[in-house]
Amino acid sequence: MPTVCLIKGNSKMKMIEALNLIFKYKSYVQNQEMPEETLVLDNVSLSIEKGDFVGILGHNGSGKSTLAKALTALLKPSQGAVYVKQMDSSLEENVIPIRRTAGMVFQNPDNQLVGNLVEEDVAFGPENLGVPTEEIWKRISAALEAVGMTAYRQSVPHSLSGGQKQKIAIAGILAMEPECIVFDEPTAMLDPRGRKEVLDAVHFLNKERGITVLYITHHMEEVEDADWLYVMDRGRVLWKERPEVLWEKEEELMRCGIRLPFYRDLIWRLRKKGVEIPKTVQSEEALLEYLTR
Amino acid sequence: MIRDMTLGQYYKGDSVIHRLDARVKLMGTLLFVVTLFLPKSPAALLSATLFLAGVTALSKVPLSMLIRGVKPLLFLIIFSAGVNLLFTPGETIVQWGFLRITKEGLRLSIYLVIRLVYLVVGSSIMTFTTTPGRLADGLEKSLGFLTKVRIPVHELAMMISIALRFIPVLTEELDKIMKAQMSRGADFESGSLMQRARQMIPILVPLFVSSIRRASDLALAMDARCYNGGIGRTKLKPLRYEKRDYAAYGVLGVYTVWMAGCAFFLRA
Repeated sequence: MPTVCLIKGNSKMKMIEALNLIFKYKSYVQNQEMPEETLVLDNVSLSIEKGDFVGILGHNGSGKSTLAKALTALLKPSQGAVYVKQMDSSLEENVIPIRRTAGMVFQNPDNQLVGNLVEEDVAFGPENLGVPTEEIWKRISAALEAVGMTAYRQSVPHSLSGGQKQKIAIAGILAMEPECIVFDEPTAMLDPRGRKEVLDAVHFLNKERGITVLYITHHMEEVEDADWLYVMDRGRVLWKERPEVLWEKEEELMRCGIRLPFYRDLIWRLRKKGVEIPKTVQSEEALLEYLTR
Repeated sequence: MIRDMTLGQYYKGDSVIHRLDARVKLMGTLLFVVTLFLPKSPAALLSATLFLAGVTALSKVPLSMLIRGVKPLLFLIIFSAGVNLLFTPGETIVQWGFLRITKEGLRLSIYLVIRLVYLVVGSSIMTFTTTPGRLADGLEKSLGFLTKVRIPVHELAMMISIALRFIPVLTEELDKIMKAQMSRGADFESGSLMQRARQMIPILVPLFVSSIRRASDLALAMDARCYNGGIGRTKLKPLRYEKRDYAAYGVLGVYTVWMAGCAFFLRA
């Protein structure tokens, strides 16, 4: 049975906490008097600690994007509560402080850049926050350096590749100096090279800058080394586990529409065929070595 | 199609005119155009010519670019000059049947052509030397007083700057949609005007749908980046008057007074 597991103890500070979130919307259907109610989030609870890299896995329509928007105060939950650094997202005065604490990077790189030049786009967030001009210039330099895009500061966004645009979007969030960034399938529209560039940037921010990362995807290989993984299906959280524990649930994961990393898929298929593969094999290289020994 | 549009075209450069504050250039263009249409006198026309020539030389925008800017309006200019030439009553010079050219008509049409060409050249110098973003900033700041009568100046300036940002994105999208429809046998080149207009529908509908989707995505992304309207917002590149801007205002003031003087005291 799906269970919601909440961690106990308060050794680390909580960055984001969601308690029994319910989100539903009404839609009117032709020739029907009563609106139809769709339940997108069904009693979701989660808790993310400062500095963690947390992955949220789920296929299309599992409610993961809605969850991301609820966690960054872009949507108000129908029921339940979201706390970002103890700030309640349902209070109007907390909306801006929450958004500057927990930034969000979206899927489509074209539709989230506002500025006509890279540096002007990165400046958009700090401008909105009323940061003084000299300080904005410093933040632009720091943010572009963190994502390795300093050379492009005078470029026009349209001339960049998808991966580069996505890194500019990340820099735009970084310039607001958030403590946490929510990534909503940031690589879904990128080619393999752009995907790697963006993933490297995300890992750098988490490891070197101590930024809490919440990474939403349906590609399991992108969150293989996360601290915690949440698996969502039809608006519910099925599991919160360490990645190595989740590997044991291959069959259930595939049923939720989550794609396993290629070598994991291969191990699972080989075992099903009766090939014995020891549990110590935990990477693509190890599998290759084991199979060609 | 859209790719040939000269809207907001910018000529990269680092001349004195380029470096002037956008507000000075907006004000300058406005004054130049208004004084151009004051009662005509040869002295005023000569002064306007000298002024425009001076500004053009300072801006280092090549003459060929300016001429290209006039071209799309050539028909309009010739048409209005022709009407003036043929239908102004006065002292007849030439006559073919019912058509006649009068001395007054000739003068009037020459003035009109010169004024219209100067109008186009003058305003294109402004757009050639000012980036669209700066122009939007300049408009926002110089029209800021209109917020008092509830005109959302900041929002309008933001809309202009976002529209400019998305021109290349939508152009590419348009191209993609056209190619997709062409690959399925759509024909945009033949047929009557009505037929061709109707063939645009399968291009425009997907373009509109995707623009609306983009707009909704962008609004969400702007929200996520704490956009909250113009109040309390700071600027990366705030408009600040330098010495050269005050000097330019001085030159503009002298020019305007001189032109007004020409119009009212040296009337031909």
